[in-house]
Amino acid sequence: MSKFHISRRGLLKGSAVAGIGLAAPTIFTSKAWASFTNEPKGDSVTLGFNVPQSGVYADEGADQLRALRLAVEHLNGEGDGGMMGTFSSKALKGNGILGKKVEFVTGDTQTKTDAARASARSMIEKDGAVMITGGSSSGPAVAVQALCQEAGVIFMAGLTHANDTTGKDRRRNGFRHFFNSYMSGAALAPVLASAYGKDRNAYYLTADYNWGYTTEQAISEATEGVGWTTVNKVLTPLGAGDFSSYIAPVLQSGADVLVLVHYGGDMVNSLTNAVQFGLRDAQANGKNFEIVVPLYSRLMAKGAGANVKGIFGSTNWHWSLPDEGSKAFTRSFGTKYGVPPSQAAHTVYCQALLYADAVERAGSFNPCGVVEALEDFEFDGLGNGPTLYRAEDHQCFKDVLVVKGKENPANEFDLLEIVEKTPVDQVTYPHDHPQFAGGALGACNAGS
Amino acid sequence: MDAIILQILNGLDKGSAYALIALGLTLIFGTLGVVNFAHGALFMIGAFCAVTLNRLLSLSHQVVDETRTDFLGNPLRVDIPYVYEWFGPEVGATIIDWSVPLAILFAIPIMILIGLAMERGLIKHFYKRPHADQILVTFGLAIVLQEIIKAFYGANPIPTPAPEAFVGSFDFGALIGFDPLTIMYPYWRLVYFSFAIIIIAAVFAFLRYTTFGMVVRAGMADRETVGLLGINIDKRFTIMFAIAACVAGLAGVMYTPILSPNYNMGMNFLVLSFVVVVVGGMGSLPGAVAAGFLLGILESFASRAEVIDIIPGINQVIIYLVAIIVLLTRPRGLLGRKGVMEE
Repeated sequence: MSKFHISRRGLLKGSAVAGIGLAAPTIFTSKAWASFTNEPKGDSVTLGFNVPQSGVYADEGADQLRALRLAVEHLNGEGDGGMMGTFSSKALKGNGILGKKVEFVTGDTQTKTDAARASARSMIEKDGAVMITGGSSSGPAVAVQALCQEAGVIFMAGLTHANDTTGKDRRRNGFRHFFNSYMSGAALAPVLASAYGKDRNAYYLTADYNWGYTTEQAISEATEGVGWTTVNKVLTPLGAGDFSSYIAPVLQSGADVLVLVHYGGDMVNSLTNAVQFGLRDAQANGKNFEIVVPLYSRLMAKGAGANVKGIFGSTNWHWSLPDEGSKAFTRSFGTKYGVPPSQAAHTVYCQALLYADAVERAGSFNPCGVVEALEDFEFDGLGNGPTLYRAEDHQCFKDVLVVKGKENPANEFDLLEIVEKTPVDQVTYPHDHPQFAGGALGACNAGS
Repeated sequence: MDAIILQILNGLDKGSAYALIALGLTLIFGTLGVVNFAHGALFMIGAFCAVTLNRLLSLSHQVVDETRTDFLGNPLRVDIPYVYEWFGPEVGATIIDWSVPLAILFAIPIMILIGLAMERGLIKHFYKRPHADQILVTFGLAIVLQEIIKAFYGANPIPTPAPEAFVGSFDFGALIGFDPLTIMYPYWRLVYFSFAIIIIAAVFAFLRYTTFGMVVRAGMADRETVGLLGINIDKRFTIMFAIAACVAGLAGVMYTPILSPNYNMGMNFLVLSFVVVVVGGMGSLPGAVAAGFLLGILESFASRAEVIDIIPGINQVIIYLVAIIVLLTRPRGLLGRKGVMEE
């Protein structure tokens, strides 16, 4: 025979549990989310800037940090406000975010996946960062995005161009403002076809990691679509230094175009080698031999010197754009630092503003509220024309710039000339396009 | 056939760099018995001597040009190098254009000083310590040197072009009876190869035909006995260290037009140069040189698309594969002598 016995203590415990149980549904549905990872309690909020401060992309990282410092100034109502004046959303008031002063901590990704994760983790767990942004490579970006998803904070990706970031590795808590490999291919192919003709044989030298693979695939599929033939694809180790042994056989392969899917220092070296081996003066199949660099940056163009002249590529943004947003940002950045901002700097500045704006509109730092505010958010005035943050994959859709190394630069920063602004419709794809297939955003995670 | 010649040519310049670095490594190992992991950093510092000289020669003052504007729309400040004013624009431009070859003269005293400072200041305290300690301290030193260079010059590669006269490539195929434009070879790489041969020959001649060299060779064979003969072998070995540093530095200076220098370039060469030393035979100078060229050419062949198609990734492992085979069949390396590092 069992005896049902209720003690005073047991009753108290039981009713407390029942109370929480009853209240829970309203906690989860109410607009004022109960709690989430690193909820800012005082009068300031901490953002985490995770950029390469050492390693091959350290210069990109340094430029990102400059831009992010500027963004913090502008958000806190200091300086000239930069693109806050031109941004179409007017939720930001220059009094921090939701009235809380913006503070930041920095981490060094070293352009290494494990180091990037470790520094992001430390900023989230030790410094209480509520959002992580920055970075200049797709490997670390994908890794840190997954970490932020697990930790319940927002990841505003920096310079990452691989399709995977918003493709197979997309996450609900992660957002990418930068364009991607597919868009580069879609924008470049028609320009290349009209400049070099439709009967071309392309040879690919590709960096051996996720960005290289998706970019090679995107460019080859897009150029094959306009009639080009792919002769060969060769993977090259990251940081190979001297690419001459890969470049020397190109002329004998029957190719008349060389596509260098390299970024940063590798691109500087491979392009320099290609020019040294006379590829730019060579003739093949009765045509002038041509070189294409799918992803260009001004910092790289500076490294490659005169070798970039006349070479086509694509870029996310360039300081010489004539719109008001770009002008405001270049003026603000140039006055403070004496150099124009790079595309790496521009994208993280935009990401910081977009995050702050989304928090203001959501009325909370809760990541799930921010996600909701950013999904399908349309904006303008940040230098790329009208832009959409697509809900299905958290990728920004905007015009893509096709650029060319400038023949007669007016000053030391005037290295790229904008050949075409490819309209956004031409670079838009369905979110389940084969190049992006296999990923799912999952549910948003607000953490604790 | 033309493809084979092309890849051989192609391997020569990289092989030259391997050979020069490995030569210095072997010299240091053979004389002082130290495994110098900072040797790659010396190569890198040599390259930055060229960058520094280029910057020094390009030192300029600014003149405001009202007719042009900078990126913010303000009047452009144009840099006028001082050498333009001292020697006239034409001679000035030529001097800056030839900064890489001029940097040889600039680099020799600097590299000798750095070599002496490294040996006297740090490495000499580690002679009696185990090889593991020597590797740790020299590796640490390499990282320190790299970070110093990075702090001053940034992380991105710095383009340092060859003189205008050596830009472009010549048609080697047409020269030896193949179709034109099949075998192109850049002029500067030919210069580099010739330069390497001269340096290697000079080092060998120095060791072979001078009394100093003879004593050093005797010291390499039997340090104790030479010491007992009343010769201060340590001082001579210190000088050899400086010479080895100088060889690595000059290899770096001349390599800048081939590979825009960045702070990390030395590490890439260092690891491969160690393999070269091991394959060539520890302590064997001819072995180091021969293995340097051999592995450079092999690497070049392994990078051909046809080869990679058959064995994917072979381009990245070929050198280590060869090292394993050589060590299995000839444990002392290709030209290694008995008794070196075997006590």
